[in-house]
Amino acid sequence: MKRLLVGMGTCGLSAGARGVHDRLGELLAGHPDRGELAITGCIGMCYCEPLVEVRENGRRVVYGEVTPARAEEIVSRHVVGGEILDDYVVYRLEEGRPASGREADFMAPQERIVLRNCGVIDPESIAEYEAAGGYEALRKALFEMTPAAIIEEMKASLLRGRGGAGFPTGLKWSFAAGQASDTKYVVCNADEGDPGAFMDRSVLEGDPHAVLEGMIVCARAIGGTHGYVYCRAEYPLALKRLEIALAAARERGYLGKNILGSDFSFDVKIKQGAGAFVCGEETALFASIEGERGMPRIRPPFPAEKGLWRKPTNNNNVETYANVPWILTRGAAAYRRFGTEKSPGTKVFALAGKVRRGGLAEVPMGMTIHDLVHLIGGGIKEGRAFKAVQMGGPSGGCIPSGISDTPVDFEHIPPTGAIMGSGGMVVLDDTSCMVEIARFFLEFTQNESCGKCTFCRIGTLRMLEALERITRGEGAPADIVKLEKLAVQIKEASLCGLGQTAPNPVQTTLRYYRQEYEAHIARRECPARYCEALVDFFIDAEKCTGCTLCAKNCPVQAITGEPKKLHVIDQSICVKCSRCIASCSFGAVYKN
Amino acid sequence: MAHETDSFVYRLWRYDGAPGELIPLLQSAQEHFGYIPRRAIRYISEATHIPESAIYGVITFYSQFRLQPMGKHVVRICAGTACHVSGSKLLIESVQDELGIEVGETTADGLFTLFTVACLFCCSLAPVMMVGEETHGRLTPASVRRILRGYRRKSEAAGARPAAEATTGADR
Repeated sequence: MKRLLVGMGTCGLSAGARGVHDRLGELLAGHPDRGELAITGCIGMCYCEPLVEVRENGRRVVYGEVTPARAEEIVSRHVVGGEILDDYVVYRLEEGRPASGREADFMAPQERIVLRNCGVIDPESIAEYEAAGGYEALRKALFEMTPAAIIEEMKASLLRGRGGAGFPTGLKWSFAAGQASDTKYVVCNADEGDPGAFMDRSVLEGDPHAVLEGMIVCARAIGGTHGYVYCRAEYPLALKRLEIALAAARERGYLGKNILGSDFSFDVKIKQGAGAFVCGEETALFASIEGERGMPRIRPPFPAEKGLWRKPTNNNNVETYANVPWILTRGAAAYRRFGTEKSPGTKVFALAGKVRRGGLAEVPMGMTIHDLVHLIGGGIKEGRAFKAVQMGGPSGGCIPSGISDTPVDFEHIPPTGAIMGSGGMVVLDDTSCMVEIARFFLEFTQNESCGKCTFCRIGTLRMLEALERITRGEGAPADIVKLEKLAVQIKEASLCGLGQTAPNPVQTTLRYYRQEYEAHIARRECPARYCEALVDFFIDAEKCTGCTLCAKNCPVQAITGEPKKLHVIDQSICVKCSRCIASCSFGAVYKN
Repeated sequence: MAHETDSFVYRLWRYDGAPGELIPLLQSAQEHFGYIPRRAIRYISEATHIPESAIYGVITFYSQFRLQPMGKHVVRICAGTACHVSGSKLLIESVQDELGIEVGETTADGLFTLFTVACLFCCSLAPVMMVGEETHGRLTPASVRRILRGYRRKSEAAGARPAAEATTGADR
């Protein structure tokens, strides 16, 4: 019996998976012999969505960039005819044969622990999760292990928090477990906010039960009574699949009173975040669940002692919880076979930016940045030069290509000035101006600062102003001094992670690309030819078709030219507003 | 369609003083009205005994909440890192030009409201925008204009219908 799976994560749906799914539904309707249609989450190859997999007797054939028309071809030739359409196959896996397909290189270096079920099972079916070994860890935790033994196992696994800080998970659990209280909370932080990071969304959309099971096991270990998943309202599909998973888990007795007949009771509620980056910080997240402005609180007391509603609370991120069932069923020793000695296991990265294959990849800790970008990511788009990776979003930093042999783990990334972060990895090429990248992140953190700490509220604004001056070509050498001084002060005088890390993008770019700052200031020059104020606009004679659109859109009539003939920009009139670039359909306007 | 039990009125009526309900109440108010009107703040304040000023403080803290009604099509352009390095700035300018409004504004005909968002998290499709619930990826300034004109045409073609419905509504 064939099974057709359509990747219906947000990435797939954005690329048109709905239309493909509907077309397949029509083609299979009334022909039960042809196969069964199902949905699945993100396989990770977001760059060639929509993806359709035809699975039969353990053989998986994944087709990429499927359109409704191509879906018809897949049904008529593969499903009915039994012929594999090699030209469209992006990934093929079967027993006794090496993986093949156009994009097999993307999958080959990966180790899938967190994403073990993503793109494999139907996330809306608890039966499929169970068939894949789901809720075995919970049974083991309830009937074969004491809470102390669970915590010992987690400690032995050396799993470190995947939200970015890398705090040992077992140790964290032991703090909450050690508190005497009749009410304890288990919170899952699904308020993924770093621009360019979408790991948690994909896990929630692709395998929500893994996260729930991790939370229930945690509750068992620490004596948790109530659980919350704090998920962004901007993730409607993740929220929907979580709701379905919660209802199914309750029905099967994995949640609620006397779970699986034991004396242990625990239930989980979903709280929708309302859009504030600072709520990724745990004390701000608690304030938000309590219905207040999401502003961080002073620690100590730490959440393990007084967290949500002032009760002992354990808070981990989505990816951390998704690791838990795997570790418990297979054992800490098995987990430590992956990754490095001090950072065992795997990490999920969201590859994006100027990389050829953008998507979700789970790799063993310790893989180098170079391998992530080139082996998995397939190198840089349009054959341009690899300049840097931005890791850790607004709290992170830029790591230049020159040190791309740095292994990605909790030991080697922090000395570069960047952070592991939650897993966003945005690849930059030689068209990216590093001062502008720093400005971009400062604008973000300045906007998202909750305003509680003076240095974070006003200091980031002063830094942003300095960066804006530099990118406009109005900077002075004193601006660099000011940036460096403020960076240290903001880090020292901020209460929470937002302020403590906000200067990282500026500090890392100053460390590795100081010459770009200096070029902007001393020579009024943007080496990447990005900053508009520092470049001139030209029209490429080869590409211009004389369509007159740029001239019509120019607000100052700087562009002249006859219809169907080359147009020219008068540099003395041009105000560098970029409208000509925006209006040109032929890519003929360029900056230099 | 939202479930009856999720509706704003039901939530208000059911409110039993449990703490932490303010944000869900505001979310359902926004769901119900499309934004949070002054009177919704008053209703919530009466039910929860939270001062209107404190509620206003919470509303303005979170980017999800709107105090103004929005256009028929909400255009959200992603300004995330991946989109930024793929040229989202140019897209924002193209949309501003095309619609004749700035970010945060609504067109005079009430058809479009323009926002930028921190990240839409479909980075592999960058640069991206959402119009209502539909996502459009791998955009160029030209394709953005084409897409927006498509929505405008569709609305104009359907133009006669809403008016007819409005009449029926008045009759009822």
